[in-house]
This record gives sequence, C-alpha cells and structure tokens, in this order.
Amino acid sequence: MEFNYLSEIVEYCRREGKDMAQAMVDYEMKNKGLTREQVYEGLKRVLLVMEESVEQGMTQQVITPSGMLNNWAKTVAQASVNTLGPSLKMAAARAIAVGEVNACMGKIAAAPTAGSAGILPAVLVTMMEEHGTTRERLLDALLVTSAVGLIFAKNSSFAGSEAGCMGETGSAAAMGAAAIVYLLGGTEEQILEAVGFALKASMGLVCDPVGGLVEEPCTTRNAVGVANAFVSAQLALAGIKSLIPADEVIAATKEVGDLMSPRLKESGQGGLANTKTGREIQKRVFATVRAQKG
Amino acid sequence: MSEQPSIFDILGPIMIGPSSSHTAGASRIGYIARQLLNEKPVRAVITLYNSFAKTHKGHGTDRAIVGGILGFGPDDPRIRQSFEIGKEEGLEWEFKFVGDSARFHSNTAKIRLEGAGGGKVEITGASLGGGRIKIQEIEGFRVDFTASMHTLVVIADDIPGSIRNISGAIADRGSNIANMYVSRSEKLANMVIEVDQPIDKETLKKIESFPWVKFARRVEPMVDGSSRYEK
Repeated sequence: MEFNYLSEIVEYCRREGKDMAQAMVDYEMKNKGLTREQVYEGLKRVLLVMEESVEQGMTQQVITPSGMLNNWAKTVAQASVNTLGPSLKMAAARAIAVGEVNACMGKIAAAPTAGSAGILPAVLVTMMEEHGTTRERLLDALLVTSAVGLIFAKNSSFAGSEAGCMGETGSAAAMGAAAIVYLLGGTEEQILEAVGFALKASMGLVCDPVGGLVEEPCTTRNAVGVANAFVSAQLALAGIKSLIPADEVIAATKEVGDLMSPRLKESGQGGLANTKTGREIQKRVFATVRAQKG
Repeated sequence: MSEQPSIFDILGPIMIGPSSSHTAGASRIGYIARQLLNEKPVRAVITLYNSFAKTHKGHGTDRAIVGGILGFGPDDPRIRQSFEIGKEEGLEWEFKFVGDSARFHSNTAKIRLEGAGGGKVEITGASLGGGRIKIQEIEGFRVDFTASMHTLVVIADDIPGSIRNISGAIADRGSNIANMYVSRSEKLANMVIEVDQPIDKETLKKIESFPWVKFARRVEPMVDGSSRYEK
C-alpha cells in the first residue's frame, strides 16, 4: 500500500469511507503486517514519551550543559503577562520544555526530528488541556500527523542539512496543524489547507544552530512553530483555502530547500551561527567543555 | 513495490537527546559492536571521525557510544550516566579523534572491543541521520548493512561450498534469506546475510561448528524499546 501525495490519502478516505487516521492504520497494518492493536500500542508509547517529556521540562531542573538554556519552559509558564491569554503561553512553554529535555539528554520522541520534537507534544497536551481531548483521540491525531509527515518525507526532507529548519520545525508545525483540525472536527480538505498554511509560513527557514547544538534557536523556533500550528488550523477551520494546494506547497519546500545555500543548512557557517555573538557563544561553550574534560 | 516507510519512522525514533544522528545513531553503532563481540566487554578503543570528532561533546556522542557498548538502546536513559555505569561494570575505554578524513562519512565511529573471555572485534559504522546507521567494516572487511533486519555475519575460509552450507543451515530452520553480501580478501570470505526471522541459537551453533568458519555472529534489528542486550 503506497501513498505518495496527500491528495491520494484524501481520495482513499473518500473511496473507503474512512477518516485520515483510519487510512493510516490500514497503511501501517498492510505494509508492516501488524494488527490494529499493535499499531495503537506503538502510538501509545509515542504519546507517553511525548507527555513525559513535557512534564519533565515543566517540573524538573533543566540547565543544558552549554548553559544556553536555563529553565526557560518554567520561566515562560510562570510569566505574569499573557499576550493572548494563558493558553498560548502554556502551549509555547510546553514546546520549550521538550526542547530543554532533549538538549539535556532526556528521552523524547523525534517526531518528526529531535530538533523539532517540541511541537507535536505541545500541540497534543494543549488540546488535552484546552479542549478536554481524550488520549484515545490523541492517538488518532498522531496518525493524522503521520500522514502529513509521510508525504513530506517522500517529497521533501526532514533533514536540516537538506531542507533547513523548514524541513524540521516547518514540517512539525504542518503536522501539528493537521492534528488540531482533525481533533476539532475539520474535514480532510481542511486538514490539507492547514498543512498548506503552516508550510507556507515556514518556507525557506534556515537551519543555523549556534555551536551546532540543538538549542539556539531551535528551542524558541519550536515554541513559535506551535503558534504557527494553531493559527494555521484556525484559518483552515474558518473555511479559508490555501490557494496553493498542500501537495504543491510540499513540492515547493523541496525546490526551496535545494536552492538554499549549504551554508544555511546545518553547517554552522551561516545565519545565527555565524553572527558575532553566535561565534562568541560557540567559543565559550567549547572552552567550558574542554576545561571540564581537563 | 519498494519498502514503504513505517508511520513510526515518522513518529520517532523514541530516543535520548539531543541528536538523532549524533546521539541515537551513535549508540546504535556501539550496541552493534557489543552484539558482534557477544560477551561482556572489558576494553574499548573508539575512534571518532569528522563531525563526530568535532561535536561529540555537545551531543553526548561519547556517552551514547559507551552506552551502546554497555547494551543500552537509543531510548535508554542510562545513556546519560554511561561513563559512571561503565566504570562500575569494569569497562575501560579510550577515545581517539580524527577531525578530517575524506575516507569516512561525516558521522563515523570505529570501535574495537575486547571481551572478558578474550574475544575481540572491530567495526566501523556511520550514522546517517534520523537514528539510522550503516555498518561499513567488520574485522577489516568492507560490509554494508543497516541492522534493520536479523543479520548474520560470518567470516570463513574461502572454500567452495561455504556459501551453500551456510545458506543451507539457515534454510533448514525455515528462515528466508532476504539479502546476502559476500566479499573476499586473501583466503577469507566475509558473508553478511539478512534474514526475515530471528536467527536461533541452533542455527548459529551449526554454522560455528563448520571447521572452516572463523567467526559467526548475529545482530538483531533494533526497534524502539529494545533497550537491554539479552545475555
């Protein structure tokens, strides 16, 4: 069983009278010889790790070895100012929490990548908190995210070295947006619109981590990626259409990724990594590491 | 039809951070070295090449590889304390660094292990991203496998009938050979055989019992959650 485009998955749903989550259950069962129960067991493991990583970052002491991140998730969560109510603030904090746990060698689900691992947990936990979504429903939402991720992986790339951060937090935001639309009762078409919006907002985003570490700017980009997911889902659920269809937007991310200079794709040679301050941080971090070793 | 990706390739791997290539993939290479040694390791010499050599500290590559050698899977939180646990378990290790080597993939590790029973093995593996790896050398032989299937590695005298006898031993147990690679050097042949089902102890014993077999080891595919090496 093979899906190469989101439109093919939508077509399958229509033909079989199934939703996108069940289409992906069929896909996994047929291709991997698994039972429905085995597929859901796997999803439960992923969701559990996602929830635990949010919880850890929100409650435990997290200072990364480089010192770049220092309990930011808790700092954001405890802020007295809310730009748009506490929901957005908490959603952003949850994404940062996972980023901090990851940078501190904690356990995460690299969905779709380690560098973008904060977005889906933040989206799903926020849906649970804000909409009372059950864990059973979140498992189906994960299946919907896997549909988007599968098509993105086939036609573009998750690798920062190939598609920049567009391929990491961009694809994660698109997956998150799809999950939100699905959970709030949107149609398959609306899921695709949300994917289009989220990817268009991430088009051309470079991968330029300071010192080559998955910390700055990865962690805050995850937080902003969550906002992208919620806004993109909001637009799609309101009935606005992405004028460029999602499959074509994905194709465009591939073209843009190929056109981007290698210096801007996880090389440490361009963008923020190559700023005066970025270079200074790199020097300091690696000096500290050497001192610890000696 | 080519093999389709699993949804769990997209929604994973479940792993210890921070990097799927520099942490999760690194631990897998260590874990495979441990499986090929097939006994308790007491000494390890680990050479890191290129990007692994330059950025190992920030990504915990060193701790991940030692953790893999101790039998910790990429999702095992003990990777974080692998140096402390390794010392307790009597493992000695040494790291070497080669910053620039055009011969190797950017994320490459060479691992030489010695076991408590005197066994030795040396492998070279590359981390390809997303936690995926490939093993490129075993005992000086060029190989190319990803350890995503049940894999048997055999080094034997290069005599007529060796391939037939080994594949026969596998087929006798009802297992299907999916892929087989053979390389030769001097008077030895190296075979890497990927099989659909687990390779059981009896099959391995039978292959080891051939007088012309020098080395026969199995590597089990690694999936999320398969953390501890079974003794």
